[in-house]
Amino acid sequence: MSNIGSYEARLKEFDWSLAKNELGYRDEDLINIGWYCSDRICLSGNSEKTALYYEGFGGIKKQYTFNDIRLASNTIGSFLKNTGLTNEDRVCLFMDRIPELYFSFLGILKIGAIVQPLFSAFGEESLYVRLEDAQTRAIITQRKYLTRIRKIHYKLPHLEYIIIIDHDKTKPLEKNEIPFSLEKMPQIEEMNIFPTRSESPSVLHYTSGTTGQPKGVLHVHYSLISQYLTAKWVLDLRDDDIYWCTADPGWVTGTSYGIIGPWSMGITQCVLDAGFSAQTWYKFIENNKVSMWYSSPTAIRSLMKAGDDIVRNFNLSSLRHLASVGEPLNSEAVIWAESVFGKPFHDTFWQTETGSIMISNFPGMKIKPGSMGKPFPGITGVVLDQKSFEPLNEPGKAGLIAFKPGWPAMMRSYWNNPIKYNEKFVNGWYLTGDKASIDNDGYFWFIGRDDDVINTGGHLVSPFEVESALLEHPAVAESAVVAKPDDVNMEVVKAFVTLKPGYAPGPDMELDIMNFIRKKLSSLAMPQEIEFMDRIPKTRSGKIMRRMLHAKEWGEEIGDISTLEND
Amino acid sequence: MEEMKDIVLKYVIKEYIEDEEAEVNCDTPLISSGYVDSFSMVSLLVFLERKFNIKIPPSKATPEAFDSVNKIVALVNQYIK
Repeated sequence: MSNIGSYEARLKEFDWSLAKNELGYRDEDLINIGWYCSDRICLSGNSEKTALYYEGFGGIKKQYTFNDIRLASNTIGSFLKNTGLTNEDRVCLFMDRIPELYFSFLGILKIGAIVQPLFSAFGEESLYVRLEDAQTRAIITQRKYLTRIRKIHYKLPHLEYIIIIDHDKTKPLEKNEIPFSLEKMPQIEEMNIFPTRSESPSVLHYTSGTTGQPKGVLHVHYSLISQYLTAKWVLDLRDDDIYWCTADPGWVTGTSYGIIGPWSMGITQCVLDAGFSAQTWYKFIENNKVSMWYSSPTAIRSLMKAGDDIVRNFNLSSLRHLASVGEPLNSEAVIWAESVFGKPFHDTFWQTETGSIMISNFPGMKIKPGSMGKPFPGITGVVLDQKSFEPLNEPGKAGLIAFKPGWPAMMRSYWNNPIKYNEKFVNGWYLTGDKASIDNDGYFWFIGRDDDVINTGGHLVSPFEVESALLEHPAVAESAVVAKPDDVNMEVVKAFVTLKPGYAPGPDMELDIMNFIRKKLSSLAMPQEIEFMDRIPKTRSGKIMRRMLHAKEWGEEIGDISTLEND
Repeated sequence: MEEMKDIVLKYVIKEYIEDEEAEVNCDTPLISSGYVDSFSMVSLLVFLERKFNIKIPPSKATPEAFDSVNKIVALVNQYIK
């Protein structure tokens, strides 16, 4: 019997107080995610229960109990406080998926500061933009990333502390760099946890949009309420589970469901810090006896590509429940999982802005392969008419996915950007920016984005950000970026460029531009293909006709070209 | 063969290994270690095709085939005329 039991029954009687009661939280109480994910679990008698199995590259294995993570987060939190950090300061985590990243996440929350996890593959420009916007005061990192940080430090006046968790004593430190070693610090048994309340800011994740710079999505400690309950009802996490969330904590999945959801429930989880290979992943599941696996459609399609034969080399009988996140899960992947693992992946839909799962296929509920599922109990989800912003009642009709505001993990702001934040709410609804239809049975069916944001491997990439970076390449005169279909990643970035006089198109130039973007922004943003053109199609008013380029890539009708600039 | 390995190794270190202390040789896992992620593989593929004047079928350009300089060179040699 699943934790959620009957979905229909839950719908009738739902109230968020159910989660609050289980967590022992009453409105107006103090609430701190760091405390809930470590101290509370210890106080409930589970201090010796394993919280984390860590495996790094080269087979390095470490294991930590909930008491270990309580002490480690206390130690890091106390160190940060003694260094000079205080509540609401932004502290960035820029590390591989190592244990210190997870402990630091909790430690930062325990001092009431705002944790800003960033994907460690971000290049210097992507890193700079996000640190500058948040006026980040400290960054916790590894020495391998110092080169990148040192290149941008001079233009970040607010960045006072660069904390290096694996500093090499033989190398000199530069300005504002501070070494920190968890092993060498005396453990802090008791710590005064900052008295955060429900609306106290907690986590700041950055997400990309079509235009403008990436936006800082601010969450609060109260998000715990829906992150806890969705982990329990959607991921169906149970006391004896070994849980594996494959997402990096640089992204919201890796924090909401890679830290907060499971640890607030006292669940044992495992983390693999290594590049992808089907062999490595299956071995990890076998060795750790993973029972609940939360992954991404891109990873699932990569596993499909690796073939079925390899699966037979491993004992994956421990797997009990599977779910996916990041992009729509195609029906072939659902069916494939059922055939090789004996059970399907359950697609889940949510966003950085929503903080927790909003639409899902639930344990025990019939899965329609390719469908997003149904709204989580307590979430009112609709599709809106694109002109009137009124809910559509006609099954099968496409509209904008929208939710009634007010669920616990709803973002509270875009950092320093109230205009953009207010634009997300229209006619009393929160707009996701995605489109879907709802069938006769109430299942949602994803159609696509309502804007030009590229979803590659489950990560959003802004075409504007890539175009801007392309224009900084010395050879590029004009650029346009669109999504190109991809079997594994769903979409990848494709760039169209014109070159300045004196520069020649060709594979060498293509490679040079690719590497330029990869280092400046990230490998996700790197165009997987560059097409050189004599001119980028524009309207007579000079606006790039991205939709023409997009239609060409997707084999769609180009549509009205009456405004196209003539030759 | 050795010259090819040297060319590829130098390129990988220059373009993908930011950690100055990393000891990378022809057997060092590149993809499974996280040095080169799957999105970055395309740029490495373009380099190989251009440098050695070959065309590698997309189905052969897998994370496994790219996981070390030695494996990359073995793959490249299959397509050199």
